Amino acid sequence: MATHFLSDTAALTGRTMRHVTRSPDTIITTAVMPIAMMLMFVYVFGGAIDTGQGAYIDYMLPGILLITVASGIAYTAFRLFTDMQGGIFERFQSMPIARSGVLWAHVLTSLVANVVSLAVVVGAALLMGFRSDAGAGAWLAVAGILVLFTLALTWIAVIPGLSASSVEGASAFSYPLIFLPFLSSAFVPTETMPGPVRWFAEHQPVTSIVNTLRDLLAGGSGGEDLWTALAWCTGILVAAYALAMATYRRKIS
Amino acid sequence: MNEKNPPAIRLRGLEKSYKDLRVLCGIDLDVERGGVFALLGSNGAGKTTLVRILSTLLRADAGTATVNGFDVAGRAARVRESISLTGQFAAVDEILSGRENLVLVARLRHVADPGAVADDLLARFSLTGAGARRASTYSGGMRRRLDIAMSLIGNPPVVFLDEPTTGLDPQARVEVWEAVKGLADNGTTVLLTTQYLEEAEQLADRIAILHEGRIIVDGTLEELKRLLPPAEVEYVEKQPTLEEIFFAVTGGSERGRPARRTAPSEK
Repeated sequence: MATHFLSDTAALTGRTMRHVTRSPDTIITTAVMPIAMMLMFVYVFGGAIDTGQGAYIDYMLPGILLITVASGIAYTAFRLFTDMQGGIFERFQSMPIARSGVLWAHVLTSLVANVVSLAVVVGAALLMGFRSDAGAGAWLAVAGILVLFTLALTWIAVIPGLSASSVEGASAFSYPLIFLPFLSSAFVPTETMPGPVRWFAEHQPVTSIVNTLRDLLAGGSGGEDLWTALAWCTGILVAAYALAMATYRRKIS
Repeated sequence: MNEKNPPAIRLRGLEKSYKDLRVLCGIDLDVERGGVFALLGSNGAGKTTLVRILSTLLRADAGTATVNGFDVAGRAARVRESISLTGQFAAVDEILSGRENLVLVARLRHVADPGAVADDLLARFSLTGAGARRASTYSGGMRRRLDIAMSLIGNPPVVFLDEPTTGLDPQARVEVWEAVKGLADNGTTVLLTTQYLEEAEQLADRIAILHEGRIIVDGTLEELKRLLPPAEVEYVEKQPTLEEIFFAVTGGSERGRPARRTAPSEK
């Protein structure tokens, strides 16, 4: 069975990738909302926000990127849910294939689709005046953290994708994830927030990830939050993966 | 029972409950190799539950089940190599074309030259013309035929067809019946579940009736007929069935544009 894991996963990933390329609107809508937010924050609110640093768009782009991923993974849950409903999931499960390949195909597709959406959003930001001092190494680090973050959130998305009983339920989980950056250092410095809110903002995963990305994009080496950010991403990834696999096993036994 | 040629399916004391609801209450059944075996039962009789256990999607609470000589619980991977499942809902990928669906399954079954296998099956199931179209544009009958075609890739010795004609119009039902007969002619063992008595009569070499979680009869159609008192000869004027009328006015099973006919008005 394991010998076929790679070829089976490749065949199944080819299938789910076609679902994305045949409805490119899923990538567009994933990118449109963050771009609209970016326009609003830069051209409407931005003038009134004093971050004490350079251009506002440089300040808020990392948060926008995380929102992009959070809204992109809703489609992963949706596609998985559709497979569960339609009977094709059972067809695959009754075939002599590496069974977890079905899940990995969705995860890899999610990764590719989100990377494309992220590239579109970064392209829009460049048009709006975003500039970075980051070298090739720092950009690689940014990409690596975003990939890790996408993987972590995708495995979270697998859980409702497998267990939801309605389409709405399958994608509703992403709303709090999209909202989380607003309660972080993504758009305003946390120093301006009242006590308990500030405490939450400074201790939730988004702040450390945003700070790290911001530092890397400004030409730094990740700053003091780098390890906290990596620990959060890895921790969420491991926990979500374990939970998703447990849900999956309960579903197929 | 000799080990070299185990029955296609063997069930002993199979039980399954969902919470308090007992669905299967001790099923004993042997299905010999080759031919079509119909499992007949009304809605909720447990047919689908039984098929799901046999295709390793569900675990039984008690009893044993072997398919192609392999225990479904202990040797699930070997069972999956021996079977193919066509469930109640046509399990085709709607976004892929018919041909892409077949190629995908062929790749997952690791057959040589998936493209050629796909083209061959499209031809066998009269889908060549529609092969490049997305499956979402197919009619119910075409979708079912594609579904069954997908089940044949890799020539699994045992095929489960779970209510393959539920929800189909009479025309599509006949198309599916033809496909099933073709399967049995190739030596595949087909376990067919159905709630249509006529379907079992048309297709099955042997019939078992599943009722309230038990197999209550099991035999050939002739044997089942002997359960009733011998038929008395009566002369009855043969009235056409509605089905015969339907096929007569729509042009039978030939596809094409049916000639419009008007019923003669009574004088």
